[in-house]
Formats: sequence, structure tokens, C-alpha cells
Amino acid sequence: MNNADPTRTKPLASPPDGPVRSRGGTLTASQVSAWFGASKVLEGVDLEMGAGRVTALIGPSGCGKSTFLRILNRMHELVPSASLAGSVLLDGQDIYGTSLRVTQVRRRIGMVFQKPNPFPAMSIADNVAAGLKLTGTRAANRTELIEESLSRAGLWNEVKGRLRDPAGGLSGGQQQRLCIARSLTVRPDVLLMDEPCSALDPTSTRRIEETIGELREQVTIVIVTHNMQQAQRVSQRCAFFLAAENEPGRVVESGPTSTIFDSPRDARTSDYVHGRFG
Amino acid sequence: MIHAEPPPQTTLQALTAPPQYRPRTRRWSDVAEFLGAALASGALVWLVFERLLPYDVHVVGFGLCWYALFLLTYSLVVRDGHGRVVAADRIMAVLVGTGALAAFAPIVAVIGYVAYRGAKVVRPTFFTENLEVTGPLSAATEGGAVHSIIGTLEQLAIATVISVPLGVLTAVYLSEVRGRLTRPTRLVTDAMTALPSIVAGLFIYSLLILQFGWGFSGFAGSLALAVLMLPTVTIAAEQVLRVVPGGLREASLALGAPHWRTVLSVVLPTARAGLSTAVILGMARVVGETAPMLLTAFGTTTTNGNPLNGIQDDLPLFVYTQIRSSQNTQVQRAWAGALVLLALVLALFVLARLLGGSRPGGRRRASRRPAHARPKDRQPTKRADRS
Amino acid sequence: MRTRARARSALPAGERGGAGAGSTGGPGPRKISARLTRGDRLYHATATAGAGATLALIVLIGLFLLIKALPALREAGWSFLTTKEWSPDAERPRFGVAAMMAGTLVSAVVAMAVTFPVSVSTAVFINEYAPRRLRRPLTSLIDLMAAIPSLIFAMWGLFVLVPFLVPLEQWAVDRFGGALPFMRATAIGASLGNAGLVISLMTIPIATSIIREVLAQVPRHECEGALALGATRWGMIRTVVLPFGRGGIIGGSMLGLGRALGETLAATLILSLTFEIKPRVLENGGITVASALAVQFKDAQTMGLSALMAAGLALFVVTFAINFLAAIVVSRSRSGAGVEA
Repeated sequence: MNNADPTRTKPLASPPDGPVRSRGGTLTASQVSAWFGASKVLEGVDLEMGAGRVTALIGPSGCGKSTFLRILNRMHELVPSASLAGSVLLDGQDIYGTSLRVTQVRRRIGMVFQKPNPFPAMSIADNVAAGLKLTGTRAANRTELIEESLSRAGLWNEVKGRLRDPAGGLSGGQQQRLCIARSLTVRPDVLLMDEPCSALDPTSTRRIEETIGELREQVTIVIVTHNMQQAQRVSQRCAFFLAAENEPGRVVESGPTSTIFDSPRDARTSDYVHGRFG
Repeated sequence: MIHAEPPPQTTLQALTAPPQYRPRTRRWSDVAEFLGAALASGALVWLVFERLLPYDVHVVGFGLCWYALFLLTYSLVVRDGHGRVVAADRIMAVLVGTGALAAFAPIVAVIGYVAYRGAKVVRPTFFTENLEVTGPLSAATEGGAVHSIIGTLEQLAIATVISVPLGVLTAVYLSEVRGRLTRPTRLVTDAMTALPSIVAGLFIYSLLILQFGWGFSGFAGSLALAVLMLPTVTIAAEQVLRVVPGGLREASLALGAPHWRTVLSVVLPTARAGLSTAVILGMARVVGETAPMLLTAFGTTTTNGNPLNGIQDDLPLFVYTQIRSSQNTQVQRAWAGALVLLALVLALFVLARLLGGSRPGGRRRASRRPAHARPKDRQPTKRADRS
Repeated sequence: MRTRARARSALPAGERGGAGAGSTGGPGPRKISARLTRGDRLYHATATAGAGATLALIVLIGLFLLIKALPALREAGWSFLTTKEWSPDAERPRFGVAAMMAGTLVSAVVAMAVTFPVSVSTAVFINEYAPRRLRRPLTSLIDLMAAIPSLIFAMWGLFVLVPFLVPLEQWAVDRFGGALPFMRATAIGASLGNAGLVISLMTIPIATSIIREVLAQVPRHECEGALALGATRWGMIRTVVLPFGRGGIIGGSMLGLGRALGETLAATLILSLTFEIKPRVLENGGITVASALAVQFKDAQTMGLSALMAAGLALFVVTFAINFLAAIVVSRSRSGAGVEA
């Protein structure tokens, strides 16, 4: 496993026809604030999301977790009135700087959404390979890549017989794992997950959590979750976001998950993780 | 609303469980009230009109009086038995049903009548001959409309080839790119749907035929049709693109795709079924246009396969010129032409339904209706004052 | 998700809004460098060009008609709006749209008088009364009706509907003509009223399908709320469905009206065209703008053509205004145009 090289400017962590080499990249957010129009929703977030770790972002609704997550791969700017401050570094390189195109950033930092959103006009296989097509990447070993991504997402055995079927026929949990596989095909360094299990039943949720555990070795994961047990189960580090009335969201406390849950420094963290509010 | 009991699980339960049934809301007494009121009012009207009044009443007048009296009787009967609120409910049900009948009856009658009149005249030669040597005194089955059919197909094809790419491109701009032109374009296309077709014809006529001196031609007709199709296709396509879930765009962008690839590989394929429905319905809409064709293609009785040069006929013009004649044979031929035209429209319509049926993106029917009349997901909150 | 919802309703991008609520210093917003790829720039340019071409075409139509109409408008002046005759190519031209506009209006009013109640009740019937499995076929039938060429409706009107109605109209004229001036008539059949009736066949499907679609958006739980209070079906429709769909009902009807104004063939085939103002809806005669254009253009000389352009422009302006108004009425009930579904 070669550690992340800060000077690397290659668009891909690993070329799509080579083996998975990366252990993931390190994302460093410093002094990140965010606005929608004139209202500030996030202020002064400093957070390091290290390679090979799962970082969970927790906190009550409306505290800016999702906004922060979307800032991490430049989805934030899709909202017309959105703006931000601060910087986000991927292995030392500013993702909002001029040296990286927004498409390169998003390719290296994948995202899985709250609701599974496979492309309905494509088959299962095409969905997995969609990232290649959409980024204009030619891959000679498309078939192997599809199998590899599906296996990494823990879906291969369930769908290998029906790769040509439309993706809409899968169950919700399978669709979500398909979306994970789709994100993995372009070999991202980081995978962002925005409450990936909130639309799923408990069994599917457990499958996804297992998948996250297996992926941790290969890609940095940042996950937003409302489920405290889930945060404890899957993450190594945790950041607790909170927004006071009419104030932007801030990170109250961050650190190893065990610390956040067992011996938090801040009383509000303790109240939240023990379900006393939120 | 109320669902039946789930089927019993075990045989033991089946033996003891009460029988499964579906609750009914209609009772026999309601039906009896309805029929009784209808009969009573009918009898009364008959008595007055046939026995008491000194003059004859037209059958439609009889029907109307019966209907009015029935409403009165029925409301009195129900009001007596169930109260004012129920009476209003029943009367409105009758009125709403009548209104619906008034909409559905003509369509069935029109299709039936065209088929009836047309089928008497349509022969295989109708599709192989033109009207070049057919005089006013020829039998209705002589001659044919091949020249019109050729013209219709050519004009429709050219109009589609012009308006669809432009319309879809505009729709992509309106729903995906969005810039300073969005508001003016949307407003103007919306308002354009009511551009009277004759005005479109007048525009092409004065611009191409008078100003540029091109002369009447099928192509000029196609341009008029394209002008009419353009807003229709644009609005329908925009509507279809809009219902492509935003999550798909985000997913594609999050994979690192540029916008143009997102549109080309994700948005448009997802909306494919809806788009083809939109296009075909747009075609069905203009294929029967007569007014602008009078001013552009002009019409003829001879076969002209070249849309770029010389006057050309098409089916609406064929029907129009024949129906305006005083000769009965020509009028009959007009109904044959109308049947072919109707069949073409029906075929396009069915095709649109088949394409738009099951595929994703086609579930929301695309229709040629302006964007402003498009129902949006609305917040059901505004009316909190009423309870 | 909540933050994004807030974003959508946020004020237009405040000037790099550092001064927002609860802002406590820190660095101000930074500029996001959104360099487009070459492909994206090309794509933007192409789509913009397409939209621009569509916009330009529509503006061009209006401008062109205006330029062509100017000679006639100059010749006639304000009398263009008040003159009934139409002899633009005569030695001393006298022409105006008064008769045509009046005829257009009368036939449209008749058409709308039929269309409005019929389409509202058809829409309500399909959504609330028809058995569930009939809803789709009935909706399709209405859409099919919208696709049938107006020529075919006009023919059917001429050969079936009007002959069927003439005895009834005669009866009505005989009975009520004395009391109601607008019911008087000397000759009946080829009247603006009948033309309007046939036009209603073309406007009903347009209005119905819009109204139906809007009414189908009524939140089901609101309907169930009314029913659970013991409301009858009509009570539920009156208190929940119709108020909800008011915008759609008005807008749909106005779109139908726009179509009615521009309809050519029904008037051309059914009316006996005369350039006079006919408030008596059942009496033969009258003319509409569209039918005048269709029958006059062949014989028109220079001034005649310009005058026709002016009439066409007048029609265009009126339909445009009506559709524009409909757009505003309905867009009030339209929610923000978000892509995020």
C-alpha cells in the first residue's frame, strides 16, 4: 500500500485497468464556512478525514452536515446561490484551486446519495460502468471492472446472472449498493455517503454497513448519519455538528468515535449521542 | 377506499372466519330513487307534450325538458329521504356525468361517422391514383389521394426534421443550462402555443412566397408546420426533461462527468420515451393542419413528389377542397380522405402511447401543453385558514 | 436536505453574503473557480444558440407581421378598429377588423360557454367518479380528441351537428326570439353560434386535459380528511378539489379560449361569411379573423395583403395576450422551478 502522495496530480487514484492500489486520500477541511444566499449555514469547520478511516458526521437535522459533505466534492456549488469560504485539501491539493477541474475533483471524490439513484435508462452493468462513459474514460477491461466494482460493493453474487437487466428491478438495498459500485468504478480516493441507509430497511442497512467496513481498506469514507448506533458501528472518527437557533452550524467536537461516544468533552455532545435531544 | 380482509391464513381459521367481502356504498334503494325519478319525470313530460300541448315538440326539446324535470324530481325525492346535503351530492353527480357525456359522446360520434362515410368510398385505388383525370361527374370511388398522401408524408417529415432538433435543444437550454434567455424564451414559447395556425401560414406566405418569390411549395408548407410544431415540441420536451429526477444529474456529476455528458448520457436517455411521445404527439397535432397549407402548399390534383418545387397537395387540403364542393361525389371523396387522415392521426397517437407506456421517464405523459399549465408539486399548506 | 430546501427559497445570491444571520467573522466567501471544460462550453453555446434561434423566430414572426401591416395601419388609422367593411383594394380603401373581431369574440364566447362547464365536469368525472380502471382509457380518449384535426370536427359539425340542431334552434327562435333580442333570427344554421359550438369540440379536450391533470394533484390526504368528516363526494369536491384546482381551471379554460380565437376551419366551413357585426348568435352571417384570412388572401392586392397582415397581427396580439395572462394566472400557483426532485 503506497501512501498518498501530496504532489500527485493524476486524475485517477489508480488507472481503471490496473489493480486497486490506493488506500484512499486524506481530505483536510480548514476554516470551511458556507452560505446560501445571505444566510450562513456553516462556520469555521476544521476537520481531517484520514486515509483508510471512516469518518462519521453526526448531528441534528439542519446543522450543516450534508452541506459540508457536498462541499467536499464540490456539489455545493450546484445550488445557484451557494458560496463558501475556507479550503478543502485532497492529499494537500486544494480542490477549489485552479489546478484541478471540478470534474476531476468529483471523480476522485465520489458520492453516494441518501436515496438510491441508479440511472433508469441503463442496465445493471451499464450503471456500474456509467462513470467510465460519463468521464470519457476508455477501459479495455470493462467486464472485469464491472465485476470488481460489484464485488467490492458486495453485490456481485446477487446480480451476476442478470447484468443486462434494468437497474430499476433491484431492491432498494441492492440499488444503493449498485450506486456504491458505480462510484467505485472510477476508482475514487474518497467516498462520501449522505445518509446512505436512511431509505433502507434494517437488513439492507446491515449489508451496506458491512460493505463500508470492507471498503475502508481501499478508500477513505466520510458518512453522514442520523443513526448513533450506525456511527458507532462503522466509523473510527466522528465529528459532531450543531447549529444553535439562527446560527450557522459548527463542529462542536471531533475525534475518535470511542471518545465521542464514551467520554465526550462537551456536554452537548454527550446529550446528543445519548439521545437526550436531536 | 376500504380494503377487504386479508385472506385467511390457515384452514382452521378458514373454517371459523367470517366470509370475505368488500364493503359496498351503493344501495338498491338509491338506484330505485334514480330510476323512479327518471320514469316519473319522463311520463310527465310525455303527458304534457304529446297529449296536452297543441303543437309538436322536437325530440331534442323533449329530451331537454325531460332532463330538467328529472333533476327537479330527483332532488326532491332524495331531499325528502336523505336531506339537503345528500340531494346536492346526487344532483351534482348527475350533472358531472352529463358534462362528461357531452365531452365523450362527440368523439365517439365523430370517429364513428367518419369511418362510416369513409369506408363506403375507400378502395385500394384510393392509395394509388390521384385526381388528375377525375372530373366533377366521376363516381366517388374513382380517383384517389396518392398525391395528397405523398405530400402529407413529405411535409410532415420535413417539419419534424426541422422542429425536433431545435425544440429539444431549446428544451435542454430551458431545463438544463438556464441562462439569461430562460425567462423570455419560456414565456414566449408558452404564449406561442396559441399562435393561430393561419397566422403561421400567413407569415410563411408573405415572407417566402411574396418577399423571396419562392412560389407555393410543399416545403413552404413544411416550414409553416415546423413553426407550429416548435413551441409544442419545446414545451413537451422541457416538461419531460424536468421530471427526470435531479438525483440522477447529481449522481452523474458526482462521478466526475461534465454537464454535456450528463445531458447526453443520462438525462436524454432517461427521458427518451417521453421525448418520442412528445414528438409524435406534436406530429399528430400538425398533420391535420389545413389553414396554413392553403397559403403555402396551395394544393393540386396532380402528383408532385418534389416538396421543394411547385404546388403540392396534402390530405387536409384534399379533404378541404372536396368538402367545399357542391358535388355529392366529391363530398363523399372528402370523407374518404378524412378517414385516411384520421387513421394516420390514430396511428401516430397509438404509437406515442406504445412508446411512452412502460419505460421510465415516459410515465408522466408528455403533452403539448404550455409549461404554465403544467401541474407542479404544490405545497398543500396555503389553505390552512379553511377547515 | 433541509439546508438545500432553505437554499432554494433563499434570497437571490446576496452579495457574497458574509453579513448573514449569526455570522461571527472569519474569512468571507471565496470565489469558486468553475472552469468549464471545452466540451461544456461548446454544449452551453449550442444550447444557447438553439434557445436563441427559437426566441428569435418567434420575435421575427411578430416583427415581420408588424412591418408588413404598417402600410395598412397607416392608411386606415384608428378606423381600422371600428370599420366593419373590408374593401382594402378598392379605389378608396375602407377596411377594418370590427366585424371580424366581433365575430371572433362571439364565436369564442359561445365556445367557452360550452367548454367551461363541460371540461370541468369531465375532469372531475374522470378523477373522482369514473371507476379506477377506466381513468386511463378515458384520459386517453380526451387526448385523442385533442389530436383529431379541426378540419374533421368542422366537417362533422357541418354535416351532422348543425342539421341535428337546426330544428331545435328554430324552435328556440320561435319561442324565445320575441323576448330575447339575441335569440332573434331570420335564417339559421350558418351562424356564429353554431360555429362556436363546433369550435368548442376543439377546445374541450385542451381545457379538460389541463384541468384534469391539475385536479389529479390534489393531495389525497386532504380529500380523505374531508371524507372522514362525513362529507359526501360532492362536498369533498367542492371544499377540497375545486379550490385546489382553481388556477388550473382558469388557466386551462383560457388556453382553450386562445385556441378558439385562432380556429379557422369551423368558421370557414359553417358560417356564411358576411362582414357585419352579429350579436344574434343564431342568425346566419358574421365572420372571424381567421376565416377572413383564409378566404381573402387569394384575391388580395398590395393593400389587401397588408390589411390581412394587420388583421393577422391583431389576432396574434389578442391570443398572445390571453395566453400570457393564462401563464401569469397559473404560474402564481406554480412552485419554484427546482431541478432537485
